[in-house]
Amino acid sequence: MNKNIKNFIFTIILAYVFSLYLPWWSIMLAAFISGFLIPLKKRAIFFIPFIAVAILWIVQSYILSSANDFILAEKIATLLKLKGNSTLLLLATGVVGGLAAGISGIFSKQCSTFFK
Amino acid sequence: MKIFKLGLSLVLTLATFYALNTKLGSLPPLGKFLSPSQGVWQNEVTESKKESDINLKGLSAPVTVKYDEHLVPHIFAENPMDLYKSQGYVTAQHRLWQMEFQTHASSGRLSEIIGETALNYDRTERRRGMVFGAEEKLKTWENDKEVLDYVDAYADGVNQYINSLNPEDYPVEYKLLDYAPEEWTRKKTALLLMYMTKMLAGGDSDLEYTNFLKKYGKERFDLLYPDFFDVNDPIIPAETDWSNLENTIQTPVPSSEMPLDYMKETIEKPHPDNGSNNWAVSPEKSYSGNPILANDPHLKLNLPSIWYAMQLSTPEQNTYGVSLPGAAGIVIGFNEHIAWGMTNATRDVIDWYKIEFEDETNSNYKYNNTWKATSKRVEEIKIRGKKTYLDTVTYTHHGPVTYDVNFKGNGEKIGYAMRWTGHLGGQNQRTLLDLNTSKNYEDYKNAIKTFLAPAQNVIFASTEGDIALWIQGKFPNKWKGQGKFLMDGSNPEHDWQSFIPQEHNAHTKNPERGFVSSANQHPVDSSYPYYVFNDGYEIYRNRVINDFFRSKDKFDIQDFKDLQNNNFNLQASELLPFMIPLVEKAELSSEEKEILNKVKSWNYNNDIDEVGPTIWQIWYDKLAELTWDEITNDSIALDYPFKYQTAYLLKNYPNDKFMDNLETPEIETANDLFEMAFKDAVAKLNELKTNKGTINWGEAKATYIGHLLQALPAFSRFDLPIGGYSGIVNATSQNHGPSWRMIVEMTSPPTALGVYPGGQSGNPGSKFYDDLVDTWASGEYLELNFMQDKNQNDGIIFSQTLNPSNE
Repeated sequence: MNKNIKNFIFTIILAYVFSLYLPWWSIMLAAFISGFLIPLKKRAIFFIPFIAVAILWIVQSYILSSANDFILAEKIATLLKLKGNSTLLLLATGVVGGLAAGISGIFSKQCSTFFK
Repeated sequence: MKIFKLGLSLVLTLATFYALNTKLGSLPPLGKFLSPSQGVWQNEVTESKKESDINLKGLSAPVTVKYDEHLVPHIFAENPMDLYKSQGYVTAQHRLWQMEFQTHASSGRLSEIIGETALNYDRTERRRGMVFGAEEKLKTWENDKEVLDYVDAYADGVNQYINSLNPEDYPVEYKLLDYAPEEWTRKKTALLLMYMTKMLAGGDSDLEYTNFLKKYGKERFDLLYPDFFDVNDPIIPAETDWSNLENTIQTPVPSSEMPLDYMKETIEKPHPDNGSNNWAVSPEKSYSGNPILANDPHLKLNLPSIWYAMQLSTPEQNTYGVSLPGAAGIVIGFNEHIAWGMTNATRDVIDWYKIEFEDETNSNYKYNNTWKATSKRVEEIKIRGKKTYLDTVTYTHHGPVTYDVNFKGNGEKIGYAMRWTGHLGGQNQRTLLDLNTSKNYEDYKNAIKTFLAPAQNVIFASTEGDIALWIQGKFPNKWKGQGKFLMDGSNPEHDWQSFIPQEHNAHTKNPERGFVSSANQHPVDSSYPYYVFNDGYEIYRNRVINDFFRSKDKFDIQDFKDLQNNNFNLQASELLPFMIPLVEKAELSSEEKEILNKVKSWNYNNDIDEVGPTIWQIWYDKLAELTWDEITNDSIALDYPFKYQTAYLLKNYPNDKFMDNLETPEIETANDLFEMAFKDAVAKLNELKTNKGTINWGEAKATYIGHLLQALPAFSRFDLPIGGYSGIVNATSQNHGPSWRMIVEMTSPPTALGVYPGGQSGNPGSKFYDDLVDTWASGEYLELNFMQDKNQNDGIIFSQTLNPSNE
C-alpha cells in the first residue's frame, strides 16, 4: 500500500481513538505520531493529515448534527458569521481540524529528519 | 538549516495550538469549540427520550421524574429533602448556565467572564450592595434551620449534576466564553433572590426628583409628579373601611430642611415596564361556581426564559407552577387546594441620604451632631485578561454609600447613601416554600408574613371558595413626603422611624364586588392611614381589567384568556379623540390627511395587522419628546413625568410653559405640539415603510426574545407576531412582556392553563429551547398536566429515576 494511504488511514484511526480520551488537540498528536511512523513526502506531509482529520471531524460532526436536524449547527453558523449555513460550519470544522493536524504533520517531518 | 526548519515548524505548531485553544476577542477558541468530541457539536442534542437511572447521593428513597411533551418535569419524592435535592438536580440539567450567569450578574461578576466592558455594570451592582444584601438574607436564613436544609439540599442537587459533567458536556455558553461552572452555594440562591429584588424593587427617582425640585420648585413638581392622578382605581377597593386597623400612627413630618443637591448622573434602574397583572373572581362571579385565578408577570423577554415550569410532589404536597432556576419551590402556581400569583407592588422602598464625611478618608460621617464611624467593604472585581479592580465601598447605618468621589458623586467628603429594604435580609424562601404547601386562606396569610422584598401583590384563590389579595412587603412608615427627595443623612429625624405593622399592610378578602385584581397601580386610595406616594404607578391596565370585571355577572375561562390577550389601548383612546380634531384644522398635505384618517378610523386595539397603533405610538413618542425637551436636554438627571400626567397636562394645561419647544423662537402650546409631532411622525412612518415594507403594528413593534448573553442574535428569536404594548393588558412591548401566563380554575384538583415565551431547555441546540414561543405569541395556552399519580403516563415522553447512592 502506498504510504500516503497508510498514513491517511492510520491518522484517522489514531485521531479517533485519542479523541475518546484526550482533548481536541489529540488530533495534533495523532498527526505527529502518524507522520513519524509513516513518513510522507513533499505536499503530502501537510495535506494527508489535513484531509484525514478534516474528513474525520466533518463525518463525526455530521453524524451528531444530522441526528438533531442541525438545529444548533445553524445557530452556530449564524454566530460565526457563516450565514446560518450548517454546511459551511461543517467545512469550517474540517478546515480547523485539518489545519491543526497538517501543521503538526510538518513538525513531525522536521523532527524525524532532524533526529534520524 | 535542519535546526532552523525544526525550530520554525515547532513555533508554527505551538502558534496553531495557541490560536485554536484560546479565546481571541469575541471569537471562541476555535479548535476546542469546533472539535466534534469536545466542542459545540456535543451540544447538538435534544433531551434524551430514553428512560434513565441516575444515582444521587443523600436521597432517602428513589425519586421518580416524569417529563411531559414540553419537557416539564413532574417530580415525585417521598419527602421535602429529597424533593428539593431533586429539584436542584433536574433544574441544573436544563438551566445550569443561566442559573450561574444570573447570580454572577447579581453579584457584579460579569467582568470575570466577559471582560472590562462589564466593569461599570459590576461596580454599580457592588455599590448597590447586592452582595451585602445577599449576605444579610443568609443571616436571616440561619435562624431557620428547616429552610436552610432545603436550600442546601437544592444546592447539593445542583452540585451533583455539575460534578457529573465532563468539559464536553458543559452548556454551549461556557464553550463560547471559554470558562467552567463553579460550585453552587446557598449564597447563590440568596443572590438570585437579590437579582429579583433589584429587578422588581430596585428602582426609584428620588435623585431625579430632587434635581427637578431644585430647578423648578415645589409647585411645578406637584403638578408634574402628583401623589395621586385625577383618576384612581386602586388594588384594594376604594370602598374598603380602614377603621378596624388599630393604632395606626403615621410618622409626623419633621420641621428640618432637606438637602438640595444636583446629580449629573444616577445609576441604572430596572426597566420601568417590569410589572404584571393578576386577578381572581369569586364563586359567585365564576361560570362554574369555582374561583378562577390568573397571573402574568411582565418581565424582560429572554432566552432561556426566567421561568422553569415543574411539578413538585410528595405524599404531603402536590404543587405545579413556575420556579426560578436557583431557588427552591414554585414561585407562581397552584396545589390541590390553592392557587397564588404575584404582581409587583411598586412601592418606594429606596431612599437616599446625603452623607458628609469628616475628611477625605471617609472614615467618619456626621450624624446627630457628632462623628460616627463608617465601615468599608473592599470589592474585588476580577476582570478577564486584566488586573483585578479594587473598589472600596463605604457603609453607613443607612446603607452603602453608592455615590462618592470615586463614583458619579459630587467631589470629596460628600457621599450619597442608599437605604433599601433589599438590604434588610428577610425570608422570601420560607414564604415560597410555605405557599407551596398552603391549604387555605389562613395558611396563605401566614406564609406571606415573612416576605420582605420585593414587595408583591400576592393574589390567592382556594378550592374552598375564597379569593384574596395582600400587598406584602416590609414598608417603612413614612411621614407625608418622606423619601420622595434626597434626605439629610446626619439628621436622625430623617431616618426611617418605623415600619408599617405587617397586619396593617393593605389587603382584601372576598370583597363584595366579587373579584380581586392588581396591575401595579396605586395600592390604595388616599383614605389608607399610611403615607403612600406615586412612584410610577400604572393607571391604564388596571382600569381596563377592573372595568371588564364590572361589565358583567359571570366569567369563564375564555374571558380570562381574552383579557390576558386584550390589546385595548386606553391611553390612545383617551388622548387621540382630543388630538385629532385639533390637527384636522391645520394645513395638511394629502399624504398627511390620509394618515390622519387612518388613525382616526382605528378601533384602539394594538393588533398586529393594524396601522393605527403604529401611527399613534410614533406620534405620541414624538409628542412626549417635544413636550419634555426641557427634561431630555438638561445636563442633570431628570425623569419624564408619567404617561398619564403627560396626557393630563396636554389636555388641561395647553399653555403651560413646558409646552414650549426651546429649539424654536416661537412660543408653542400643546396644540402646536400635536401638529409638529404629527408631521414629524408622518416622515418617520414613511421611513419605516421604506425599511420594512409595511407599517403594520406587528412588524413595526418587532417583538423579540433576546438571549441572556447580550441578546446574541444566533440564540434569540425575532419579529414575533404578537400585539399589545406597554400600558396595555397584553403588555408585550419590543423586548418586554408576559413572561408567564397562567389561568387556574379551582376545581378539585385545580384545572390550569399556562404558557411562557421560551422553552424548558436552556440548550440552544434543543428542540425544547424555544418550542413554546409560537404558542405564546399566538395567545394560546398549554393545558397543564397536573399529575395526580406518579404511575400515570398520559402525555409523558420519558422518565428518570433518581436512586439513593452512598458513593
